[in-house]
Amino acid sequence: MAIKRLILLIPLVLICLACTRSKDPKLYDDVGVPAYGDTIITASIGEPSNLIPILATDSPSHEVASFIYNGLVKYDKDLKIIGSLAESWDISKDNLSITFHLRKDVKWHDNTPFTAHDVMFTYRLITDPKTPTAYAGDFLLVKEAKVLDDYTFKVTYDKPFAPGLISWSTAILPRHLLEGQDVTKSPLSRRPIGTGPYKFQEWIPGERIVLTANKDYFEGSPYISRYIMRIIPDTATMFLELKRYGIDMMGLTPLQAVRQTDYPAFKREFNKFRYLSFTYVYLGYNLKHQFFKDKRVRQAISYGIDKKEIIDGILLGQGVEADGPYKPDMWAYNGGVKKYPYDREKAMMLLKEAGFNRGADNILYKDGAPFEFTILVNQGNDVRIRCAELIQKRLADLGIKVKIRVIEWASFINEFIDKRNFEAVILGWSIPNDPDIFDIWHSSKQGKKELNFISFENKEVDELLVRARHTLNMEERKRYYHRIQEILAEEQPYTFLFVPYANVTIHKRFKGIEPAPAGLMYDFIKWYVPEKQMRYR
Amino acid sequence: MLRYLIKRLLFMIPMLLGITLISFIVIHLTPGEPGVIESEMNPKVTKEVRERIRAYYGLDKPLHVQYYMWLKRIMRLDFGISFASDRRPVIDKIKERIPVTVSINLISMVLIFIIGIPIGIYCAKHKDTTIDKALTAFVFAGYAAPTFWLALLLMMFFGVYLEWLPISGLKSFNFNELSFMGKILDIAQHLILPVCISAFGGLAGISRYMKSSLLEVLRQEYITTAYAKGLPEDVVLKKHALRNALLPVITIIGLSVPGLIGGSVIFESIFSIPGMGQLFYMSVMSRDYPTIMGILVIGAFLTLLGNLISDILYAMADPRIRIG
Repeated sequence: MAIKRLILLIPLVLICLACTRSKDPKLYDDVGVPAYGDTIITASIGEPSNLIPILATDSPSHEVASFIYNGLVKYDKDLKIIGSLAESWDISKDNLSITFHLRKDVKWHDNTPFTAHDVMFTYRLITDPKTPTAYAGDFLLVKEAKVLDDYTFKVTYDKPFAPGLISWSTAILPRHLLEGQDVTKSPLSRRPIGTGPYKFQEWIPGERIVLTANKDYFEGSPYISRYIMRIIPDTATMFLELKRYGIDMMGLTPLQAVRQTDYPAFKREFNKFRYLSFTYVYLGYNLKHQFFKDKRVRQAISYGIDKKEIIDGILLGQGVEADGPYKPDMWAYNGGVKKYPYDREKAMMLLKEAGFNRGADNILYKDGAPFEFTILVNQGNDVRIRCAELIQKRLADLGIKVKIRVIEWASFINEFIDKRNFEAVILGWSIPNDPDIFDIWHSSKQGKKELNFISFENKEVDELLVRARHTLNMEERKRYYHRIQEILAEEQPYTFLFVPYANVTIHKRFKGIEPAPAGLMYDFIKWYVPEKQMRYR
Repeated sequence: MLRYLIKRLLFMIPMLLGITLISFIVIHLTPGEPGVIESEMNPKVTKEVRERIRAYYGLDKPLHVQYYMWLKRIMRLDFGISFASDRRPVIDKIKERIPVTVSINLISMVLIFIIGIPIGIYCAKHKDTTIDKALTAFVFAGYAAPTFWLALLLMMFFGVYLEWLPISGLKSFNFNELSFMGKILDIAQHLILPVCISAFGGLAGISRYMKSSLLEVLRQEYITTAYAKGLPEDVVLKKHALRNALLPVITIIGLSVPGLIGGSVIFESIFSIPGMGQLFYMSVMSRDYPTIMGILVIGAFLTLLGNLISDILYAMADPRIRIG
């Protein structure tokens, strides 16, 4: 009897299944007109730690803070520097000082007017040795900072400092709420007050952070009235929440972007966007290693690795080949440098020139020593581990024996990188918006915990890096960086592998989104949902 | 009894000290340091800044000095301030997460006992029948199935396809706008999947315990006597057998006390539950020493306490092992 009833239930359940998805397929196709309202729900795998951005090093904190605070300047969609809290700025003839003219119509979220004293306070706070901030570096180069009047602020450097201007995109903090206090104990780290397009509303620990639109924002009120960041530590759960409409926006892995979201019901409800992310992945060599000292060996390996195979096989096509430390849509990028397409013959020739000969066991030998080395990869980064496997296979083909070792991040850095105890590594750099790469390539940056850990030394690059750093003339800087890329391409201290695409999916009701070199979020306040398509009131 | 209690309590002090000392050393032996671990390899974080941060956290002092400082604070029950960049008192971070973890664990524990004990009794009574075997297979399936896999399948089925239950989190985002009943319903809905899954995994232990202990008792001569007296089976089982068979189960309750504040990282991550497991995992990953130590101390204390409680409970229930 009971079983019979159960069987009757099954078609009922199936009918329910079928009807839950019968939504108007064209509902979201209408672009409509901008309207105020609705909520966007995003998700983060980690919880923000501190909403005073100079005290936080994690990306969720900076993401939330970017809605709440402003800097003096910011990047536009093409990565040009434009004003934010500063209306305009003058650079002195000797290129040593910048005078910022601040906007006069800006108020903090608690209605106190914003002035140059806030900027001065922020500068003092960042450079104060008692402030545990990771971002003091650029500001310690300032020789003098001065408040000329309530709306004029002037900084002077010892030497012209090219990344100086954009360093002022750092979040400006409210003096009236922080002065005379211990910033690490300030309530602002949990309840921030800024000048930005969104105001802080609530933070439920471990669950979510809610922001509401700042109607009085100086660039105009944002259309979307609420921004919610949910904390969902597991990416599989996050993806299910997306499908269930529990969140509106999410970054996708290549597999999710290419395979798992490619069905009509998903496409009906979500748009997918992609842009080149600000990172590149490389195979770096320890240049002190007896074999890797020789440029020809490094070039040979670069010829011997099939980058296209890596991008197609591992990233499912979601990336482009890298040939230097910048991504192709940046102004500093030089597309005309020497390239290393997969070429087994050339690789063999170069290795032969470098003195390697094939032994009886099909492995290359030089002066009796077999060519074998270990690639270190950090744990948890699946893409890099699989890259190492493809490289291993390609190099075995040349007669080079490659071992792969996967190590947890902290010991990876402390035991192997810091102690120079490695032969080759696969790692990634984030590409800074400003092309200054002094810290990574200058020969003086080889100390412990410094970033030129492969021991790259090149006099010309050293000089160019310094020059490029200390000129404010963009054309001149471009020339220097182009030359640096030529040298790096010739020297191959890294085999630059790829720049991955960032794939982001956003619910279709949000309009006005345009991917650009700067990414997606640069004009978030202009995103809107047409009245009829709003989901949350 | 009182003397015994005091003696046991006093013994806990050196034990706790030993536990903290060993944990402190082991934690500091792991490579990586707090504060900068997220900004390793970040070009904007210079060497000078790193040194500054180290000094700020007191990490430039020798290890025994650091331990002494920590011990001095913990004596006053001051757990210190987290090294994570939120810089909050450790005790606040723990306090905020304990209720969530404890209530989920408590509900699922009650569920385990309510379902597990009858399963055990049934299986003992009807040993080697088909249903016994089926139930055994069922509880072991729960024990063996990886939680995350089961959780994802159920989330997909009940969340995405049927849209009956929420997928993750503890409250809907419009929670504050709901009525009182609505709030209770909302939380209950969010709890169904996590509680059921965590209970499913725990059924095997308790039902097996119950079954074997009851079987053991049923073999005793006094049960045969009871049957011989002509008592109905129900009475024999409930009045004579069960009382004795439940004894070891009581011990388990005591032993599960420390488990109440422990949460599983995988489980909590899958369901986005802000519980102790996540806090512990996160603090280990960011080398947040004060938080790690705080959780360890509380955990160690509860484990010792749980042992004591189960010993006492046992002594109270079973006169044979009572100590003078």
